[in-house]
Amino acid sequence: MSALPIQVTDLTKRYGSMLAVDAIRFEMSQGECLGLLGPNGAGKTTTVRMIACFTPITSGCARVFGLDVASKPREVKAFLGICPQEDNLDPDFSVRRNLLVFARYYDIPRAEARRRADELLAFVQLTDRADALIPELSGGMKRRLILARALINEPRLLLLDEPTTGLDPQARHLLWNRVRQLKGQGVSVLLTTHYMEEAAQLCDRVILMDGGRILLDGPPARLVAQEVGREVVEIWNVADEVRRFVAENAWRTEQVEDRIYVYADSGGAVTARLTEHFPGQEHLMRHATLEDVFLLRTGRTLRE
Amino acid sequence: MTDQEPTPAPRLAPAFRNVSRRARRVWQRNFDVFRATWLTSFIPPLLEPVFYVLAFGFGLGSLVRTVPYKGGTIDYLPFMAPGVIAVAAMFWSYFETTFGSFVRMYYQRTFDAIISTPLLVEDVIAGEWLWGATKSVIAGTIMLLMLSLFGLVAWPSGILVVPLVFACGCVFSALGLVATALVPKIDAFNLPMFVLIFPMFLFSGTFFPLDILPPWALAVAMTLPLTHVCSLIRGACLGVLPPFWLGSVGYLAVVTPVTVLLALRLMLRRLVK
Repeated sequence: MSALPIQVTDLTKRYGSMLAVDAIRFEMSQGECLGLLGPNGAGKTTTVRMIACFTPITSGCARVFGLDVASKPREVKAFLGICPQEDNLDPDFSVRRNLLVFARYYDIPRAEARRRADELLAFVQLTDRADALIPELSGGMKRRLILARALINEPRLLLLDEPTTGLDPQARHLLWNRVRQLKGQGVSVLLTTHYMEEAAQLCDRVILMDGGRILLDGPPARLVAQEVGREVVEIWNVADEVRRFVAENAWRTEQVEDRIYVYADSGGAVTARLTEHFPGQEHLMRHATLEDVFLLRTGRTLRE
Repeated sequence: MTDQEPTPAPRLAPAFRNVSRRARRVWQRNFDVFRATWLTSFIPPLLEPVFYVLAFGFGLGSLVRTVPYKGGTIDYLPFMAPGVIAVAAMFWSYFETTFGSFVRMYYQRTFDAIISTPLLVEDVIAGEWLWGATKSVIAGTIMLLMLSLFGLVAWPSGILVVPLVFACGCVFSALGLVATALVPKIDAFNLPMFVLIFPMFLFSGTFFPLDILPPWALAVAMTLPLTHVCSLIRGACLGVLPPFWLGSVGYLAVVTPVTVLLALRLMLRRLVK
């Protein structure tokens, strides 16, 4: 099939008078890992819910592998693997049975379902917990099982919603490696996350949303270079003369409480100027990240 | 769709159209859970009629020897026993699609998980409904056999109890889903329980003949679904055509699809946002 995994045109969702998603457009190419970023209430989850056929579309159109989401939900969902944010494993069944019961929703024959379940349990390293009950699992094990469950129908597009929230670094890295492996097998991935490091690690491309609209769209490294520059110098415990000095230089700066951020392609030049005039000034130079892009473009105000 | 004119939200209108054969997967899921806990599942319907027969039949029955029925009189125990089946058929489906469905929908998020597969939310609702009705059949059939051991069931007419408890299950499974669609929290089930289900348990001709009620109360009782289910089941167990049986059959033929459609609509309103 040559059609794109996701193709969204003028996609809009309105809840009463509230516009949750405002006529967004984007496409996703085959085998791509696309990150959907934005503060709470940006419209990411609503967008994913419309693509996953959970929420009716107010207007516009979403296509998955060329199929219209609104008119062909069963066909669309047969191609999808969905990892929801919250645990909705079936607590009435064991680990393996969760996979087998799920396989039945896809009409996968029993022998084939058993084969896939064993394979997937090995893939997410849960083989030795196959007969455990869901409440006995740790948070990381549940996330892994949810991933395995989402793969039972051998999906061509994986929707991951905050897959690693609350996981320890070991569990998170295992999950990342599995997602990379799947990508290697040609599965396309749409990832929603609040962790910019996760997006930078996994995504070929990210979309930054706020207020139901798309603010930025591009590869993480390019967005960082274009929006922030290469480096950031953070200066704190700032006296008034330092503040004035920073302002006199034509640097791109941001002040947050008593901290100053200087965004520059050469942080070294900034640091050199600064320490030349104020030798003891506390500061830190680091690489610019996606988090800087996020905060610069969506602001630092709390959303909830 | 290039104009700014917004398309009105689709969905909801053809409520039945999106129900498919895939709904049976939801039924199977619930049946698997039921089967896994078969001991706790099967013991109650085995014991319940025994307790009823002991308490009401021998206890109350020793005070009330006979009751009027169809112009004559019959012994209290054979009069009351079919009521026990009707009550169980009501409770088993109603509880399944209130507390059972609510827990799956709200606490376990099982519905969310299922609709990420090719099943639609309409399939889930239909599967839950059918499962609720099935539980009435399971409980009703077991109790029928138990009461038969006490010699309280006339055969072969007793076999009609099976389709009758299914019809009963269809109505009360749907009414349970209506409640599930409307309650904000699980505690709120107390309201329909005490306003609707509990009065039906007592005033549907289950434990005493309706003829002894004042006319206004009789008129109210005749609007209740359990009255008609109970009357028909009693006829089947006694091997006679019950009074107003055609009216009862007609009542169920109309009320069943109405409650099912209502359940589907209200559940969709709750689940599709």
